[in-house]
Amino acid sequence: MTSGLQSLDRDNFAAVSQPEAPAGLPRLLGGLLAGPTSLSEHIVRYGQLPSLGSDRSPSLALIELVDRSGLRGRGGASFPTALKLAAVAGQQGSAIVVGNGTEGEPASSKDKVLLARSPHLVLDGAVVAARAVGAAEAIIVCHPAVRELVDLAIRERRKAEIDSVRLRAVDAAERFVAGEASAVVHWLERGIPTPARTPPRLAERGLHGRPTLVQNVETLAHLALIARYGASWYREVGTDSEPGSMLVTLLGAVQRPGVYEVAIGTCVSDVLGEGGGVLGKPQALLLGGYFGSWVSYDEAVERPFSHTGLAQLGAGPGAGLLAVLPSDACGLVETARVARYLASESAGQCGPCIFGLPALAGELESLASGRPFDRARLERWLGQVDGRGACRHPDGVVRMVRSALVVFRAELERHGRGRCCAPRTTEILPVPGAVR
Amino acid sequence: MSAVVTATSGSQWLWYVSRGSGLILLALFSVVVVLGIATRTGSAPRTWHRFTVAELHRTLSLFAMALLTLHVVTAIADPYVSIGWWATIIPFVSHYKAAALGLGTLAVDFGAAVILTSLFRHRLGFKAWRAVHWLAYLAWPVAFVHSLRAGNDLGIAWVYAVEWGSAALVATAVVARVLHATRPPDPGERRDLVSPAIPARVRSGW
Amino acid sequence: MKTRVRIRVDPIACDGRGLCAELLPELISLDDWGYPIIRDVDVPPELVREALEVVRLCPKLALRLEAVRQS
Repeated sequence: MTSGLQSLDRDNFAAVSQPEAPAGLPRLLGGLLAGPTSLSEHIVRYGQLPSLGSDRSPSLALIELVDRSGLRGRGGASFPTALKLAAVAGQQGSAIVVGNGTEGEPASSKDKVLLARSPHLVLDGAVVAARAVGAAEAIIVCHPAVRELVDLAIRERRKAEIDSVRLRAVDAAERFVAGEASAVVHWLERGIPTPARTPPRLAERGLHGRPTLVQNVETLAHLALIARYGASWYREVGTDSEPGSMLVTLLGAVQRPGVYEVAIGTCVSDVLGEGGGVLGKPQALLLGGYFGSWVSYDEAVERPFSHTGLAQLGAGPGAGLLAVLPSDACGLVETARVARYLASESAGQCGPCIFGLPALAGELESLASGRPFDRARLERWLGQVDGRGACRHPDGVVRMVRSALVVFRAELERHGRGRCCAPRTTEILPVPGAVR
Repeated sequence: MSAVVTATSGSQWLWYVSRGSGLILLALFSVVVVLGIATRTGSAPRTWHRFTVAELHRTLSLFAMALLTLHVVTAIADPYVSIGWWATIIPFVSHYKAAALGLGTLAVDFGAAVILTSLFRHRLGFKAWRAVHWLAYLAWPVAFVHSLRAGNDLGIAWVYAVEWGSAALVATAVVARVLHATRPPDPGERRDLVSPAIPARVRSGW
Repeated sequence: MKTRVRIRVDPIACDGRGLCAELLPELISLDDWGYPIIRDVDVPPELVREALEVVRLCPKLALRLEAVRQS
């Protein structure tokens, strides 16, 4: 790795005097202790974004670069970013980029933290994405708490006149399903964050009928770095099939809950180690998000935190959540609380979700409190709710509940006899607006 | 318009058919509205299948349109009163009883809009179809007042019975519709709807 | 050469009215809340007429016949 003037190589677009590319970690959350990075601090740390030209047509070279890097989306679905870029780039009409920082998942904070600390990385990424697909405009949808910081960053850039792309920020809707791509588009279009079945695909006809690229803000941040340092640099951390770093949110029985950056494929115990390690001897982890899966702590702790690493456990890294359930908490109580929350967060468009989710929640609450519950009926309802909505909301609930029934089967047994071993009364998983 | 001078009995025939078909139409139209409300509120199939109610609503409304054509043609062709063919589609241009017949024309216009959009509803899409279908709730009272004012037969007891019987039927159905729309949501409610009291449809002959 | 079709429901448009399950119980059953569960199989030739009826009759226009892509 040279310092100062970098030689022109295929991975860069222009020979620009750049600081050294970060070796190892952190990449996105640079050694910043507090407060957001100003534009000048950002340029000192990462260098300027290479000149990408102001041609309005899509850039195949950029898309190929992203393809070589192997970047996948960080919103939870892990879709190959290059494919998404290509899909939008191939459309007629004026494309638009939407940076999705909604983060409807109450347990996850990575997008808010990223926007709060490195807004310029996200904005750089939005510019890179716009250039790749031939868009002239990018909208960053972010949590109201960080909106001001993003606005400030955009104003800084406007004054410095560094972007050929129009940038603006919009408050996100604070609903669980609001982070889903089509929900974000509907939110922008008409103020209602309802997900919809696609066709037509957003890449073809999205916001106001235009080809729309919806990308999680963390993905955009990675894009910003790939454009500077190239694909091979990006692949220096992570695994071969899942290269790069990712942001994770640690919560529950860890020393220092919060957002950290790890290489994909890092062992779960090391990921938890970033937060100072676990407290006591946990019984289980909820991985990915409220749409993710419960896994037993012992089974998961030595596995790599990646898709391939967790697939055997029926889990995935999802949106980067690792919630640690201590031994004195009850997994069934937590599952019932989350299920009730998710039921109330249904967009209310499809019958099986409107009726099935509250029914499931009710049955789980009976189970959690040791009242008689109908296992067969619970299974039947899980089958009737799965895959029968216009979006993946009911599917996610089913996945999470099914994993709980497996991981907490001993608890299930005890509850069936009207007993529970958990002395803990305070809850682990955050559920907004819940009545204690 | 027709210069046909019919024998008195011929002219009276047209008059009777016109008024008679009008009365039948009122009753028929009322049944169609009630069936439409029954289709919408989709009450549990304790006696009839839901698709039977839906299809009957559709079939009767088409039949009513045919009968309506007869009603209108005989009324216009009748030389006893001068109405004019334009009055079939443009309201309030008739020479005879302009107001009363104008209401009838209005009802025909609304009805035609409802029927045409229903025949093509798959092309129009649900939202457009439903927006026009609301006109049915307007068409009925307009037709009803037309039936009171356009004919001269209210003195006859059974005419009176048909008129106000139809009104009572439709009023009851509309109240049921309003109650259905304003009922408090109850997720448990749906489970009652799902126990079919009758076996699945018999395929032959349908 | 016949096109193979399957019945698909738009879950947002669907209101659980249940006409479809009455007409085509071989392929459509109702869940515990009155919403159709449609078997993901090709419509057999002897049921195509009923399938078309069901699509026509749905009060919410929530059903459609989707041609199955030949692999």
